[in-house]
Amino acid sequence: MIAQQDRKLALSYISVAYIAFLIGTLMGLLQVFIRNDKLDLPAWLDYYQILTAHGVLLALIYTTFFIFAFFITGMSKSLGTFGPKVRLWSWVGFWVTLLGTVMATVLIVIGEASVLYTFYAPLKANGWYYVGLALVIIGTWIASFALIGHYRVWRKNNKGQLSPLFAFMTITTIIMWLIACLGVVATVLFQYIPWAFGWTDTINVELSRSLFWFFGHPLVYFWLLPAYIAWYVIVPKILNVPVFSDSLARLAFVLFILFSIPVGFHHQLTEPGITNFWKFLQVVLTFMVIIPSLMTAFTMFANFEISGRKKGATGLFGWFKKLPWKDIRFTSIFIAMAFFIPGGAGGIINASFQLNEVVHNTLWVVGHFHITVGTPVAMTFMGLTFWLIPYLTGRKFTKSMKVLAFVQIITWSIGMLLMSTAQHVLGLLGAPRRTAYSGYNGHPSAMEWFDGILSSHVTMAVGGSILFVSAMILIYIVVMSMFLSPKALKVEDQVEFPMAESDKSHTPKWLENWWIWIGIAFVLIIIAYAIPLSSMIMHAPPGSEGFKTW
Amino acid sequence: MSKKNEHDGLDLRGTLISVLAVGIIIIVMWVAVYMMYVAR
Amino acid sequence: MHFHKFEKIWLVFGIISLIVFLSVVGITAFSHDHHPAGGMDTIDPEKVNETAPFDNPGVTQLDEDTYQVAIVAMAFGYTAPELKVPAGKEIIFKVTSTDVVHSFTIDDTKVNMMVVPGQITTRSYIFDKPGKYLILCNEYCGTGHHYMFTEIEVY
Ligand code: HEM
Ligand SMILES: [Cu+2]
Ligand SMILES: [Cu+2]
Repeated sequence: MIAQQDRKLALSYISVAYIAFLIGTLMGLLQVFIRNDKLDLPAWLDYYQILTAHGVLLALIYTTFFIFAFFITGMSKSLGTFGPKVRLWSWVGFWVTLLGTVMATVLIVIGEASVLYTFYAPLKANGWYYVGLALVIIGTWIASFALIGHYRVWRKNNKGQLSPLFAFMTITTIIMWLIACLGVVATVLFQYIPWAFGWTDTINVELSRSLFWFFGHPLVYFWLLPAYIAWYVIVPKILNVPVFSDSLARLAFVLFILFSIPVGFHHQLTEPGITNFWKFLQVVLTFMVIIPSLMTAFTMFANFEISGRKKGATGLFGWFKKLPWKDIRFTSIFIAMAFFIPGGAGGIINASFQLNEVVHNTLWVVGHFHITVGTPVAMTFMGLTFWLIPYLTGRKFTKSMKVLAFVQIITWSIGMLLMSTAQHVLGLLGAPRRTAYSGYNGHPSAMEWFDGILSSHVTMAVGGSILFVSAMILIYIVVMSMFLSPKALKVEDQVEFPMAESDKSHTPKWLENWWIWIGIAFVLIIIAYAIPLSSMIMHAPPGSEGFKTW
Repeated sequence: MSKKNEHDGLDLRGTLISVLAVGIIIIVMWVAVYMMYVAR
Repeated sequence: MHFHKFEKIWLVFGIISLIVFLSVVGITAFSHDHHPAGGMDTIDPEKVNETAPFDNPGVTQLDEDTYQVAIVAMAFGYTAPELKVPAGKEIIFKVTSTDVVHSFTIDDTKVNMMVVPGQITTRSYIFDKPGKYLILCNEYCGTGHHYMFTEIEVY
């Protein structure tokens, strides 16, 4: 078990994560019923306020706090107990991020920031909302540098050695995150905050959008990579096999540093202000970032097959039956991976230049991110939560909790299958996202969208309700393992942190030379962004005043 | 498992077929949306 | 760094698929003009109503086979009187906004354009089938976002 003080740190992060999850999923439930026109809101509450809370609390806060809890635990386990400075700065990071979260949430609740989690200008929220979001980012930077400091101490004490795989992957994710945030920090600090507080009159809208998406795409990899860490490092241990290939795992991760950032224009394919050349160039770079995910898919199946064959499986697919299906730590993540197959395929479609016109801002996109971040990532985090909290609290993961965990995972899968399929189909038919109720005065086209069995409000609402029940079961499991489950006094009751052996003996040392990867990343960023961004600044139209249209 | 070439000698036929199935899913979904695009 | 033989096969297969996808969209986009909506023209968002072509929004016939449709988007509607265009002719849509970001999206077509204040978004489209098409805004623009729609009639 890791040091008591490191455990306290991780548990604090997890607690915030699940408070955000609780509120966020409640908002999700309200959304499916408001969209269905089955719920009238009181005058002080608005659909878009609820949707802003859902996006911020789940996509930004739940993920970020959980990720840091996971990183802190794994880094303490793989590199050793935190020193006093690392611990201090991790706490500072925690409080700053929390402060930012609370500020942003309060402003959403009082109706001063119904601008959604993407806060596109010139919708103008209360300036403190942007300050809150900036603090969230700055807090994660502080916590990130604390972890980097911990890593550097280890490197100094272990000269010439490659770091453990978990630490390597954590540092990769953090480097990507630090670079990615430059975009959002630039726009929030230099554009939004001065404008929202009235120090400047207008804002360059297209520039703010581009800087946001400079951050927005790597943001999704900031969610995904921690899940990949679990897939690469934790799943093999549960399967009782070594890491499939240490060097290829590291290679896949550094490719994410290179290619997850210079691709943000794939979110802006249908908008003006960027020439087709630059849009297409970033589409090509987007396709590059698919390659490490193809490598990941192979590694995952290889883990399964090797593990099954070790247990005596024969034939082509005999290994499938030998997988540890009764172990929820495995089954949860397996289902998460399965959801990522259509999820990833949908992502390729979204990024395919003009095909984006079919899906852009339709419900398809909502379906898409619920089967990428909403399930593959979130369900991996759930699968980690089951043992991570007992590991940190020293409590048992009891039999009844294991049964409940199965119920939770199965219900989430069913709910998500219903809701996301409905959303995908509705989106292909043309139904828009981010809409309280898309009836358009009973326009026949709109009526047609919702006329199918799958493509109906009812399917979405049923799916959403099952999801909410599942979320509440998870909250119950979290509370039990935090405070109430019996203490694991006997060794055999203690919950382990499963971390697979990784054979580093064939891994080239240059993979851990960060300056190479950071250098290439910046070269690619400059190639992809320097010219289009400077032309947005030099050929800027008169800027926009702010509008409060809610 | 021989140490030199970590992976040789592993029977990964099931893996190959599985990933190829993933590939087919990707292609089918992509082509379907491409056809919708062309039809609009 | 050693790849299993099957992993090489898989990666080659995968990368070739990606190249094919890219080639299909790239070639049709750049050689057949199938690229998504866009455009580099700018405009003063406070002077939209005085600036051509938005001082006279609606349909204008440019020549025998081309029509231009100028539209101003604002919370929560479109200034676009009498949208009637013929099928089988090239229709060039030009859209801008006087306030926040919107979209101009015609149901069941390839017209799905972001409308950004300060910029003019352009897309050309040829309707095959006559009928009434729903136009809607699919970018969040405020409380009335889901009421922002209109219609275009194709004859
Ligand atoms: C109880 C479970 C959930 C339900 C019922 C639910 C439902 C929904 C619905 C109906 C929307 C679309 C609203 C619209 O476009 O009008 C939505 C949006 C969204 N959801 Fe969820 N969701 C759930 C869980 C999650 C999770 C776990 C995540 C991520 C970790 C997530 C992330 C998002 C995001 C980022 C949006 C987009 C917000 C925006 O457009 O600004 N959701 N959700
Ligand atoms: Cu993206
Ligand atoms: Cu709108």
